Amino acid sequence: MNLAVTIPYWGQSLLRVLGGTVAVLLPAGTIVYLFLFKMMSFMQSRLGPMEAGPYGSMQLFAEVGKWLQKEDITPARADKRVFRAAPLVVLVSTFLLVAVVPFGPDAYFTQFDAGLFYMLAVSSISTLGILMAGWSSANKYSLLGGLRAAGQLIAYELPMVLSVLGVVIQAGSMNLQTIVIKQNSDSIFGWNGLGYPYIATQFVGFLVFMVSVQAELTQTPFDMPIAESELVSGYMTEYSGFRFLIFFIAEFATAGVFALIASVLFLGGWGIPFSWFGWHSVDSIDNWMNVAGPLVMVTKMMVLAGIIMWVRFSYPRFREDQLQRFAWKVLIPVSLINIMLTAIFKVAF
Amino acid sequence: MSDETLALPGDALREGVVSALRDALGADLLDSLIKPNDDVWVRVSGEAWQQAGRVLRDTVGCDYFCFLSAIDWMPSPYGKSEDDPTAPTPERSTEIVQGYAGGSTRFQVFARVTNLSKHFGVTIKADVADEALAVDTWIPVYAGANWHERECHEMFGIGFTGHPDLRNMYLPTDFEGHPLRKDFPLLARIIKPWPGLADVEPLPGGDDDEEGAES
Amino acid sequence: MTDIADRQKLSYIAAQAADARLNVELETEGMTLNIGPQHPATHGTLRIIVRLDGEQVIWAEPSAGYMHRGYEKLTEVRTFPQVTALVNRIDWLGSFANEVPFILAAEKLMDIEAPARAQHIRTILFELSRIANVSLFLGDLGVQLGAVTPVFMAFRDREHVLNLIESATGGRFHPNFDRIGGLKDDLPAGFITECKQVMKKLRNFCDEMEDLLFGNEIFQSRLRGIGVIPAEVAKQYGLSGANLRASGVDWDLRRDQKLPLAYDKVEWKVWTHPDGDCFARCWIRLQETREATKIVDQLLDTMPSGPVMAKVPRIIKVPEGEAFVSTENPLGEMGYYVVSKGDLGPFRVKIRSASFNNVSIVPWVLRGVYVPDVISILASLYFILGDIDR
Repeated sequence: MNLAVTIPYWGQSLLRVLGGTVAVLLPAGTIVYLFLFKMMSFMQSRLGPMEAGPYGSMQLFAEVGKWLQKEDITPARADKRVFRAAPLVVLVSTFLLVAVVPFGPDAYFTQFDAGLFYMLAVSSISTLGILMAGWSSANKYSLLGGLRAAGQLIAYELPMVLSVLGVVIQAGSMNLQTIVIKQNSDSIFGWNGLGYPYIATQFVGFLVFMVSVQAELTQTPFDMPIAESELVSGYMTEYSGFRFLIFFIAEFATAGVFALIASVLFLGGWGIPFSWFGWHSVDSIDNWMNVAGPLVMVTKMMVLAGIIMWVRFSYPRFREDQLQRFAWKVLIPVSLINIMLTAIFKVAF
Repeated sequence: MSDETLALPGDALREGVVSALRDALGADLLDSLIKPNDDVWVRVSGEAWQQAGRVLRDTVGCDYFCFLSAIDWMPSPYGKSEDDPTAPTPERSTEIVQGYAGGSTRFQVFARVTNLSKHFGVTIKADVADEALAVDTWIPVYAGANWHERECHEMFGIGFTGHPDLRNMYLPTDFEGHPLRKDFPLLARIIKPWPGLADVEPLPGGDDDEEGAES
Repeated sequence: MTDIADRQKLSYIAAQAADARLNVELETEGMTLNIGPQHPATHGTLRIIVRLDGEQVIWAEPSAGYMHRGYEKLTEVRTFPQVTALVNRIDWLGSFANEVPFILAAEKLMDIEAPARAQHIRTILFELSRIANVSLFLGDLGVQLGAVTPVFMAFRDREHVLNLIESATGGRFHPNFDRIGGLKDDLPAGFITECKQVMKKLRNFCDEMEDLLFGNEIFQSRLRGIGVIPAEVAKQYGLSGANLRASGVDWDLRRDQKLPLAYDKVEWKVWTHPDGDCFARCWIRLQETREATKIVDQLLDTMPSGPVMAKVPRIIKVPEGEAFVSTENPLGEMGYYVVSKGDLGPFRVKIRSASFNNVSIVPWVLRGVYVPDVISILASLYFILGDIDR
């Protein structure tokens, strides 16, 4: 820990708060503009927004401005306090998630040994928010959507937990920072040119994790809780104005954060293979990595978010029972077998 | 019966339909009309309506239900609603003349069923007496008649005995009157006559007249 | 009066509920859900009242009439040539196809026949409106099942077809081009070459759809085995078009009926599917779009010369008589039962529209399915509100 400047505690806190906001909002904005506006449009043989700013890059601000101007409607029969709080609960879970993601050797918000456990725990807070929204809207579509969401999110929590267990076994730690460092300092059969990103051995785990993420984010093909052609956006039906905006931001910010987590767990996170620069431990890492790390993370995040969005634009949606069956009969057994094999190899080698 | 006069050569298929109906229904088959190699109309009495449907489905093999509706044969007292609302209403004939296969009542229920294997359709009509404006439902014979009968009920006021659910199909529940009856005025037209009905501009050099000379 | 209606309704509901696959062990309180009148799955203003047990439909009851325009009454105060402007609005995605059976019925009553070239062009425009209609269905199918991309591709390629229709008739949506005795005009210059290119694009579109949608496992799992309609039931309800052929009934009015249209001059195939489920209905429509492009291609090659209008009186009076003519429209069998009293206008026109019959099976087919399947079934039955409400 040889920082060039000493930042006072209040400064560190301020940086963390600002950094957290940026880490949540920036991916959300980029994902929305780059993938939702542009990539989707090009896939659908159209141009997407072109008027606001060069290539429509200011469209996002126009959209935000539009939503902020709209009336904040609460249905007369709704459970008003719960209804109003629900989008915030969903957004809070996103912020809590980003807290444990490391962006560099010292650029992290917080770091503790139960990081992964904490991440899996707080990611299910959004389920609570969605269920609150669905129940309090006093709308049958919302209720159906909320119940579907609860069923789906709980079902896919399990394969998600099980799929990261392989990583935990390999790294021998639940600390996300440790996992990143392990991946970048280890070697594959003595060759350390690439470090040891766990996607190499945990490819099945990676797949299961990404599928579960897709489901946790309720993105197509797992968007049965939203299903705009069927439940008219499910639990979001009754929301308008900035509350809808919060749901919207939360949806894409969570996509970004899960992409960050996936890159930490499977792609080596902020690190570049330490052998390239002759680092052997955390302390010997050069200081500029605190700046380069976040950029590396963002690059990896964009690739993974791009895949998430690509799948979203291409597939029709599963039916509720089909996606439950997929979780319980395919993903969970596969990840259990993965854990078993990982454990055996861990002991054997 | 007019089918003797139309016993032209070459359409045993449609004559078979008529004879099958006559065998099954006897005197309840009131009239029929065959256009050889084209189409066939039969008229049965109102009591035999459902029975005729069964015969058509089971004996004749017309298992495809096309549509069911009704006709009000009374000439409209409003004509084509082309009158000047300020002038006195012109005299109009009120004589009821039924179409193909004859008839004796103002209202007739008619339906069309098709034989998909032999590629022909049958139009079947039934007289519905004004005093008891109802026939038996066709739902047990052709399940698809359900909605058609509902529509017919609201549009003409014809009842279908045995229909489980004669709610209005299109109109509001408390709508009064039966729009497709000829004595139901098309109010928009009566208030403001349609200019286009007799809108015939003479062509330059043309010698058109009302009888429709060839142009 | 009201309590009789109520009792009838209750007995109807009870009968339907008894039929449904009710989960007797786990009896729960039901919920009535209104799908529509404003709902993305109903392409307009159809309302479907469903009674749910959890997500299972106990009974469903469509409620139409939010857009009833009373065309049957309106035709009685129009002259024969004026009626085509009305019936254009019945199935608004394939408007030209609505005019044809009415004109044919009037021609049948007048005992005249359009010249060969007019019949040819009629058939071409008929098939073009089928393509315009069904290509949108294929795109919309994706949206109903959650895939947003196909609909834009459908709009992209449908645009070419609409341009063609516009170039020939002057109207993109409501051509009003068919006349008793022929057509309003001949085809414009360059139509044939352009049409051929567009047909090539449409065939590409069909291939794309087959890859993108029909080959997708999720798509198949959403549609296969859902909403099965056996042939017997389909015939009883008078289903027509692709819905009937998907139940294995080999019946196409273009082939099985003698009409003064040019279908007997071309080689094409009527597709049927034995399954009768949602997938079969959608698949048949895809094949039909392909066949339609082939029909148009062949007709363009064999276009006869000559006038496009027969000799008809300036003022059209249709002789007394009755005629029923139906054609195989994009949505199914569309027919007009025209009663004439020798007057300027028809005495009574019964419009037999395809969607009315196709949707009347909804209470039967929705019993016991789950809410997501409601959407698949409605999408695959494919109705257009104007065609139900008329």
